[in-house]
Amino acid sequence: MSLLSIEDLSVAYPTRRGTVQAVEDAWLTVAPGQIHGLVGESGAGKSTVGAAIMGLIDPPGGITGGTIRLRNRAIGGLDRAAMRGLRGSKISMIFQDPLTALNPLLTVGQQIVETMRFHLDLPEDEAARRAKALLTRVGIDDPDTRFDQYPHQFSGGMRQRVVIALALCSDPDVIIADEPTTALDVSIQAQILDLIRELARERQVGVILITHDMGVIAEVTDAVTVMYRGRVVETGPTDRVLRAPEHPYTRALIAAVPRPDVKMRRFPLIAYGGGLPQVDVAELSGGWTAPATEGPLLRVEGLTKRFVQKASLLPSRRQYFTAVDNVSFDIAAGEVFGLVGESGSGKSTVARMIAALYPLDAGRVTFDGQAVGRDAPGPVLNAYRRQIQMIFQDPFSSLNPRMRVDAIVAEPLHHLSDMNGTEIRRRVDALLEGVGLGRAAGRRYPHEFSGGQRQRISIARALATRPRFLICDEPTSALDVSVQAQILNILKDLQENLNLTMLFISHDLPVVRQMCDRVGVLRAGRLVEVAETEALFEAPEHPYTRELLRLMPRFTGPAAS
Amino acid sequence: MIAYIVRRLLQSLLVLMVVGLVAFAMFRFVGDPVESMLGQERTATDVERLREALGLDRSFAVQYWRFLQNAVQGDFGISYRQGRPVAEILLERAPATLELAAVSGALAIGFGILLGILTAIRRDGWGASLVMAASLIGVSLPTFLIGILLIYLFSVELGWLPSFGRGDTVRLGFWTTGFLTESGLKALILPAITLGLYQMTLIMRLVRSEMMEVLRQDYIRFARARGLPERTINFRHALKNTLVPVITVTGLQLGAIIAFAIITETVFQWPGVGLLFINAVQFVDIPVMGAYLMLVAVMFVAINLAVDLLYVAIDPRLRTK
Repeated sequence: MSLLSIEDLSVAYPTRRGTVQAVEDAWLTVAPGQIHGLVGESGAGKSTVGAAIMGLIDPPGGITGGTIRLRNRAIGGLDRAAMRGLRGSKISMIFQDPLTALNPLLTVGQQIVETMRFHLDLPEDEAARRAKALLTRVGIDDPDTRFDQYPHQFSGGMRQRVVIALALCSDPDVIIADEPTTALDVSIQAQILDLIRELARERQVGVILITHDMGVIAEVTDAVTVMYRGRVVETGPTDRVLRAPEHPYTRALIAAVPRPDVKMRRFPLIAYGGGLPQVDVAELSGGWTAPATEGPLLRVEGLTKRFVQKASLLPSRRQYFTAVDNVSFDIAAGEVFGLVGESGSGKSTVARMIAALYPLDAGRVTFDGQAVGRDAPGPVLNAYRRQIQMIFQDPFSSLNPRMRVDAIVAEPLHHLSDMNGTEIRRRVDALLEGVGLGRAAGRRYPHEFSGGQRQRISIARALATRPRFLICDEPTSALDVSVQAQILNILKDLQENLNLTMLFISHDLPVVRQMCDRVGVLRAGRLVEVAETEALFEAPEHPYTRELLRLMPRFTGPAAS
Repeated sequence: MIAYIVRRLLQSLLVLMVVGLVAFAMFRFVGDPVESMLGQERTATDVERLREALGLDRSFAVQYWRFLQNAVQGDFGISYRQGRPVAEILLERAPATLELAAVSGALAIGFGILLGILTAIRRDGWGASLVMAASLIGVSLPTFLIGILLIYLFSVELGWLPSFGRGDTVRLGFWTTGFLTESGLKALILPAITLGLYQMTLIMRLVRSEMMEVLRQDYIRFARARGLPERTINFRHALKNTLVPVITVTGLQLGAIIAFAIITETVFQWPGVGLLFINAVQFVDIPVMGAYLMLVAVMFVAINLAVDLLYVAIDPRLRTK
C-alpha cells in the first residue's frame, strides 16, 4: 500500500523572461517505513518536489498540474488553511542546515512544546513530558537540562537531532528530509542517517530523502528516483538502480562519483546533456612551467595557532583555544599534499597560516629555502605571495560581486607584477580562454555564472601570477558531482603540465584519494598521521584514520564500469 | 552577567567624565566669564574678587575636579544671564521637554513597530504601498517645515489645536505636568507629532526591512513546515528576532529626540530645555550650555545602557558567552 503518491506533478515559476518549468510530470510513491531517495544535481527540481508536497512553493510559483495523494486523499489542490492542517501534523520536514533551522531566541523545549500543543491539543505539562521522552529517543542525553537550553548551546549534530525530534513530535505519516546531512561531518552524518532509518522503521513513517550524494543514497534508501532538469529519468529499488542503471544520465551521474576504492588517473565526466568547455593548459601557462627545486618546496615546522576564547586585560586570565597544535610536514616540488579532517580540525587555519594570512604563534614556514610567514620582511613576503595563490571553497562569496570578471582576474597582476595595461589585458584574455570561459566572459559580472563557472574564474585568478604553489581549500565541496569532476580534472591537468605544487584541503576522502600523492590527517589541531595516499587508504595506522575510513560512504558504482 | 553590567556602568562613567571635560573646557576657552558678568563699570578689585569667588585662580585640574564634584551634586553654577542657579532653571524647564520627548518617543516606537510589521507581512497590499509612500514624506521633510505645515493646517485653518506653548499645567512637587489638563494635552499633540514623525518613519522602515529579512530565514520556513499558524510565526518567531537590531537604532533615536527637540521647541515656543539652550547660545550663557551638554550626555548614556541590558534580556546567545 502506498502512503504518499505523486503523479504527473508539474511546478512552474513565472518570471519576466517567461515561465520556468521547475518540475515536469514528476512521479513517485512512498510506502510506510520506506526511505525513498530523490537524487539529482542542483537545479534538477528535487527540492521543489519536496516543497510542493509541503504546499510551501514560494509565490509566484505554483503547482500547474498533477496530483499528490496522501493515504489516497488528494492534497495537491487544497486551500491554505487545509494545507496548514496537514503540514506538520501529517507531513513534516527536516532541513539541511541545523544551524539555521531553529529559532535562536526560543529554547528547544519551547519550540517542541509549541508545535505539539498546536497539532495534538495537549496540556502544557503533558506536552513537555512527551517532548523530553522524544529528545531521549533521538539520542539527546539529560533531556531535563537540554529542554531549557537554547539552540546555540547544541553542537551541529545535536541540533539536527533536535530538528528530527521537531519533525517527529506531531506523529507525522511522511517526513521530507531535504539534504539532512550535507552540512555535517562524516561521523555525525552516519549517526543521523542511522537515526532516520531506525525511526522510519519503528514508527512506520515514509521518508523522502532528498540528496545530491550518491553515497547517502546507497547507504540508507530502499528505493530511489533520479531527477534531471525537472524530470524523473529513472526510478526503482536502490540496489537495482545503482547496480544496473538504465538511463544514460543515471549511468553518467554514478560514474562521476569519486571512487574511494581505487585511484584513477582522471575523473569520468558526465557527457549527458551537452558538451563541456575544454581547458587549454598551454594557453593558461603561456609556455611557462614552475622551475624544479632541490629538496622540499614548502616546509612547515611546529606550526601553532591559538585563538583568544575569553578576552581579559590580565594575560593570566585570558583563555585560549588551540586551533593548530605543533603541525609539521614537507611538500616536495610538483607534489599534491592532501590535508583531511572534520570541521574544526584546523585544516583551513593551517592553509591561512601558510598563505601568511594569519600570523604564526609558533613554528616556521619555509618556502624554497627561505623563511616566510606573516612577520617576514616586506619584499620577501611580496615575492612569496606572487608564488602562492589560493582557491577558496565558496565560489559565490570568494568573488567580489561588484567587480567585472576581467578586473577580478587582473587584480593580482596589478599588485604583484610589473606588467603594463596592455600586457595585463592580453594575459587576462588568455587566462579566460584557457579555463574554457572565453574572453567575452571578462565583461560580465560573477552573478551571471554558475557555481562551476565561477570556480573556473577563481582558477584563472589564482593562475594569473604564474604561481608555483597552489592552496586549494575545499575547492569543490560546494559543487555538483559532474562539475566537481570537471574542476578536479582541470586542477590535475594544471598540476601535471605546469609542475605545480599543491596543498589540497578536503573533508571528502574519495576526492582526496583521487587527487593527492600524500595525505596528512588532522584531528583537533594535531597531525595524527602522514602517509602516501595508497598506503593511508589501504593500511591506515592511526585509530582515528581507521575510524574516518570506516565511516566514509562506500559507494563504488555499478560493477560493470 | 553581573561583571558585564559593572563593566558597562564603568564605561558609562568614563563617557560622562569626558563629556564633563568638554563642558568644563567651554568655560575656559569660550570667552572670559568675568568680562561678560561685570559689564562696563568695573574696577580691578571687582575682577579679582569675582575671579576668586568663581575659583578661576586655581589650576585647570583643580577646577575640573571642583566642576565634577559640583556637577554630581547637581550644582552647575549660576546662569550669567538670569543670575539664578542653573540647576533651578533646568529643573523648571526639564519636565516640559521630557514630557514632549516621552510622548513622541512612545508614538514613534508604537506606530513605527506596528506599521513596520504590517508593511512587511502584507508586502504587496495597497495599504502597505500607501504607508511606504507616505513614510517617504516623513523621512524627507525637515522638522521645522512639518511643524509649520501642521500649525497652518490645524491651528490657523481649522483652529482645532493651539499653535504655541504648553497650555495649562499642574504642579506636582517640583514637576509641572501638562498631562492633567485638557489644554495641556491639546498643546502636546502637534509638537509631539512633529518631533516623532521622523523617528517613526525611520523605525518603521527599519522594522520592515529587518522583518522581511527574518521572514526569509530557515527557521521561519521550518516553523511554516511544522504547520504553525501565521500569527505565531509572525509575532512569536519573527518579531523577537527582528527586535535586536531595531533596539540599537531606536535607542540612539530616542536620545536624539531629547537632544534635538530644540527645533520643535523653537517652532512651537515650547518652554523646554531646548529653547533654554537656544537662548543661552545667543547670550553666551556658558553655565547653562555646559549643564545642557551634561544633561544630554546623561540621557544618551542611560539609554544606551538600557539598550545593552535589553539585548541580554532578548538574546540568550549573549547570556551564556
